[in-house]
Parts: sequence; structure tokens; C-alpha cells
Amino acid sequence: MAEITLVEAITQALAYEMQADPNVIVLGEDVGKDGGVFRATLGLLDKFGPDRVRDTPLAESMIGGLAVGMAVQGLKPVAEFQFMGFIYPAVDQIINHAARMRNRTRGRLSCPVVFRTPYGAGIHAPEHHSESTEAIFAHTPGLRVVIPSSPRRAYGLLLAAIRDPDPVIFLEPSRLYRWAKQEVPDDGKALPLDTCFTLRVGTDVTLVTWGAMVKETLEAASKLAEEGVNAEVIDVATIKPLDMDTILASVEKTGRCVIVHEAPRTCGMGAEIAAEVSEKALLSLQAPVKRVTGYDTVVPYARLEKSYIPSVERIREVVHLIMEFA
Amino acid sequence: MKVVARFEVPYYQYLDENSQLTEKLPTFAKDADSLAAMYRLMTLVRLFDTKAIALQRTGKLGTYPSIRGQEAVFVGVGHAMHKEDIFVPYYRDVGVVIQRGVNLSDILLYWGGDERGNCYANNKQDFPYSVPVGSQPLHASGAAVALKYHKKKAAVLTICGDGATSQGDFYEAMNVAGVWKLPVVFVVCNNQWAISVSRGAQTAAQTLAQKAIAAGIPGEQVDGNDIIAVHHRVEMALKKAREQHEPVLLEMLCYRQSDHTTADDARRYEPPKIREQEWKKEPIMRLRRYLEQIGVWSEDQEQALLAECEHNINQTVEDYLHTPPQPAESMFDYLYATLPKAYQEQRELVKKIGVVHHG
Ligand SMILES: Cc1ncc(C[n+]2csc(CCOP(=O)(O)OP(=O)(O)O)c2C)c(N)n1
Ligand SMILES: [Mg+2]
Repeated sequence: MAEITLVEAITQALAYEMQADPNVIVLGEDVGKDGGVFRATLGLLDKFGPDRVRDTPLAESMIGGLAVGMAVQGLKPVAEFQFMGFIYPAVDQIINHAARMRNRTRGRLSCPVVFRTPYGAGIHAPEHHSESTEAIFAHTPGLRVVIPSSPRRAYGLLLAAIRDPDPVIFLEPSRLYRWAKQEVPDDGKALPLDTCFTLRVGTDVTLVTWGAMVKETLEAASKLAEEGVNAEVIDVATIKPLDMDTILASVEKTGRCVIVHEAPRTCGMGAEIAAEVSEKALLSLQAPVKRVTGYDTVVPYARLEKSYIPSVERIREVVHLIMEFA
Repeated sequence: MKVVARFEVPYYQYLDENSQLTEKLPTFAKDADSLAAMYRLMTLVRLFDTKAIALQRTGKLGTYPSIRGQEAVFVGVGHAMHKEDIFVPYYRDVGVVIQRGVNLSDILLYWGGDERGNCYANNKQDFPYSVPVGSQPLHASGAAVALKYHKKKAAVLTICGDGATSQGDFYEAMNVAGVWKLPVVFVVCNNQWAISVSRGAQTAAQTLAQKAIAAGIPGEQVDGNDIIAVHHRVEMALKKAREQHEPVLLEMLCYRQSDHTTADDARRYEPPKIREQEWKKEPIMRLRRYLEQIGVWSEDQEQALLAECEHNINQTVEDYLHTPPQPAESMFDYLYATLPKAYQEQRELVKKIGVVHHG
């Protein structure tokens, strides 16, 4: 079986589910003939036609609101926003309507929509193409926020997101789109939502991360192993709702916890996880919970973006610091 | 110079403010029963509205937006819609929703602060009230995509206010409806005010109807105090939407004969005397005089109708006041199809504490 990239796994999942369910409709800017600016919808127009792969007018709030109306009336829209930095006009539709339609109508109506968008820094693009503002959505009751970090998880989690009866924000780390390849069987098997994936088993420290930072965190864990520190690495994958059970069980075992995320530090998901760990696993902790995060500033333009993204080095340093804590 | 395009905005009226016909009646309006039915509904809505305000003033209802003076717009729209059509309301639409399988007591429940008011026992498809101004026309376009995709012979109708037409979403909804040929009708209830901001201060556009033209769809003005015109234009628009997938914008001209809501005091900004002047155009008396002229309405019928409405409304209020609140933990029970485990702890806590009452 040929190996495919994360973005190809997205396309594969979309094609699978569009084949399986005629109510799945892809819409967004340039998703048709162009196959999306990252080519995530490549070939879908030819396969499924313009009723199911819709190039929309250029208006994000419209994409959001249209998808809400479609979802409430029995379709399963998968709406693409070209970049996370352009999702904000649609935030009103996502937070005020998609996330609440079921609750507002006490279950009479629901809104099974997937909002996909590439996110994160590291692709040398202009401003607004590097945001990691997942916490805005994770803060919102009624939403799910799902972030894959490998081709296989992209395939399985996107299938799960489309099949989920509630709205899902599906954030695709653009830095990983073409980073690694994997064999991804096109078997239509979804992966579970609301569950962390333990990517590496360890005993000394729990590294909790998601999205593109899985890459640096795994690299840091390999280096740390050479330096005698055995790190467990957890990919949270669904950051809303949080699977704290997996994280707590790991921290109870290792006694140490470092959360790594690319988003700014203040009110990032790391703060939430750290608070939960301190509330529920205090007596297991042998050192303070630490965060390695993006800085509380605007993501710099290309020349400085490497200085912004948490590095393998920064992760290693923090782990060594807490290993020495007494 | 040459002119590359010209546009027109038609205006429709059949019954003027003196209850005189200004045009040949449309076919539906030759059926006196149909007109009388709408008259009855407008009367019911007006009395209900008065009752709702009284309930709010005595602390038995939350903030409520009056429909006074705007009854013809909503009753006319509701009467022209088919059961299979989809309605996407804003928040002033009592006159429509009571014709869509929604109980009056549910409307009180909603304004009394209970989400179950959106449950709509006898309606599976209509959208609930939408509070973010101007956001819901997009849902209408989305719903129209679904209707068209599923090849259903039905249309979507959405209403918003004059203020809402300043929102980008309003234009975005019409624009996509035009370019995708969606079966949707956009109605603007132009009651001349968006809270304290007058129609004139809202936009330099001469009409709101012309906003459709930029989206490539037709726009019409309709005398929103003339329920014959409202019903007829909506009926035509829905037919066109259902059969030809041609969206339309209808601007209904009327006047808000009330504060914006019970939380507002229009004396702060509304010039004196306008309301009295506008009251001369008010839709209920206009239709009543016409029905009397053609001999299908009498004082006896009027008295019987008032008694019947009063009885219904009192019963409705009883039902509403005797509906106990939902259990406190219900605030979690409709967030997701299945409540994620992460929420269980908070739900248990809320359940243990129970309903915390006001005061
Ligand atoms: C997006 C948004 N902004 C502000 C408000 C507060 N607000 C509620 S109603 C209203 C005026 C709406 O006027 P209009 O669209 O003319 O409708 P009307 O209430 O007059 O029928 C405002 C500003 C809101 N609900 N939503
Ligand atoms: Mg208004």
C-alpha cells in the first residue's frame, strides 16, 4: 500500500464519506476546481459533482451560516475555511448558532456540521496564516474541537467528526500536511473522539500535546531517552471535550507533567490541563506542572516564526528542570 | 457615457388606509373566508401582545418585543406559507409561528425564560427565534440548499428587521441565494426603527428592497399594513421560489406602534405625534372596515371574536404560569447528542444544588 500525507488522508476520508453518505456536502472557497489551496479537496469535484463540492462566494460568515442552515435541515456539510486566521467572521455563526442549536431547541433540531481549517505556524506565509486559536472554540460549550497529528489520525478522526451528530471544529496542522507519510487503509474505520492517544509509553514524565507540536514533542522524547529520561507522550487529539482520565492516569504514574502547545500561553488549553492536573492529581506530583507554549504575542512573520514555535530544545530544558526538582 | 443597467423597485398595495381598493383584488382575496381568517388571527395576536406586555409589567414574563402595529406582516406571511415550507424567524414573529404548529403558551414560555418554548410540539423543521440580529437569513439560504438538494417542492422564508439589513450577513445570504438559485424568500419587516435608530439613520439607500438588486435578485416594497398585499406578494414569491428557484426580497413597510421591547422607552427618541399619524394606517381596522363594507363582518361577530380570543389567551396564560421550570441539570442535557464524560461532574453538582429561584 502506498504511503500518503496528512492532507491526502483528509481527501481520502472526505471521498470515503461522500461515497458512503449522499448527505455529505463539501463547501468553501476554492474547494472545487482548485481542490482547495492546500489541495485537501483535490479530485472531489470530478468524482461527486458541483452539487456536492461547492465553491462558495468569498464570505466566511456566509460559509458558517449556510452550513448551519444546511445541517439543521438534514445535510452533513463539511465546510472549509481557507486559514484559521479567516474563520473569525464565522465565529458568530459557530458560537451563537452551530454550538447551540440542539440546546436552544431542547433537542428538536441539531447541527451536525464539520468546520475544517488549516492552522498553526511554520509555512512561511503572510500574516493571518499562522494562528492557533483553538482555545476560543474549546471554551465554547456545545462544540467539539478535534486536531489530528498524523495521516492515520487525520483519516480516522475526520470520519468520526463527519459522523458525529454535533458540530466539530476540525483543525489541520498545516505544518504537518506534507511532513510525514503513512500507510492509511481506506477502510472507512473512524477513530474515537473525546479520547487521547498515547503515542509513546514512559515512566518519568508525561508530555501532553496536540497538533503540529506532536512532532517536536516526539523528537524531544527521543532525545530525552538518550539522556536517560523516559517520557510518555500523549496526543490529546480532541481538546474539547478533554479526556482528562488518560492524562491523569499517566501523571499518576510518572509524577510529572509538561504541556506543550503552539498557541499563546495565556488562557491556552495548557492552563486548563494544568489546573485539572493540580486539582485532581496533586498528591502524585513530584514537581510543578509546566507549560512550553507559543508566546503571548502575535505570531511573527516568516523570518521569526521559528523563534516563536516551541522548539525541541525548549521542551528538553523544561523536562530536565522538573526532573531535577526536589 | 452609456447606461449599462437599469433597475426598478415596484410597490404593492391593494387596500389603502381608508380601506379602499387601489387595485383589482388578487385571486386569493376574493375568498372572504380567507380574509376573515386573517382578520381573526391579527386580532388574536394583538390581544395576545397586550396580555404579554401586562404579564411583563407584573413580573410574570421576561423582556418581550411587541408586535403591535406590525400584525399584518407576520399574519400575512404565516398565512401564505405552506406546511412543508421552512420558516426562519427573528424574534418578533408571533403572528407567523402561531400558524406553524406552535402553541401560544410556548411563546410565553420562551419569553418567560424557558428553552422548551423552542420545542414546537407540532413542527419538526422550523428554526427557533434568532437573537443575533441579521444572522438568520444565512440559515435560510442553507436550509434552501438542503431543500433543493433533496428535490423537495418547498421553500424557505425568513424575516428580519430594517436594522438587520445593515448587517453583512443579510447581503451575504441574498448573494448566495441569487448565485446558487435557492428557493428562499427574504422578508424585511421595516417598522422604521432599530431600537432608537431610525430607518433614515440606518442607510442612505432609498429603499431597503433595492439591497436585493446588488445581490442579483428582485426586491419589492409592499404596504405592510395591507394584509392583502402582504399575503399576495408572499404567496407569489414562495411560488416562484418553490417552482423556479428564484429568490426574492420583500420589504414590508409598517410602523412599530410600541417600544422596541418592554425594556425600552421610545419616548427617549421617537418624535411626538408620529405614532398617532401612523396609527391611521394600522392594519387591523383597515381590514375590518373592508370586511364590513363587503358585508362579511358585523359587530356581533367582533364581540364573539374578542370573547373567544380572551378565553384562549387566559387559558394560555394559565398553562404557562403552571409550567414548572426544567430540572437544573437540563442545562447540560441538550448540549450534545450524548453528554461527554468531561461534563458529568458539573452536571452532578448542578443537579445536587437544584433549581435556584429568583429573589
Ligand atoms: C448582532 C446584534 N447586535 C445587536 C443586538 C441588540 N439588538 C436587539 S434588537 C436590535 C434592533 C433590531 O432592529 P431591527 O432589525 O429593525 O428589528 P426590530 O427589532 O425593529 O423588529 C438590536 C440592536 C442584537 N440582538 N444582535
Ligand atoms: Mg425595525
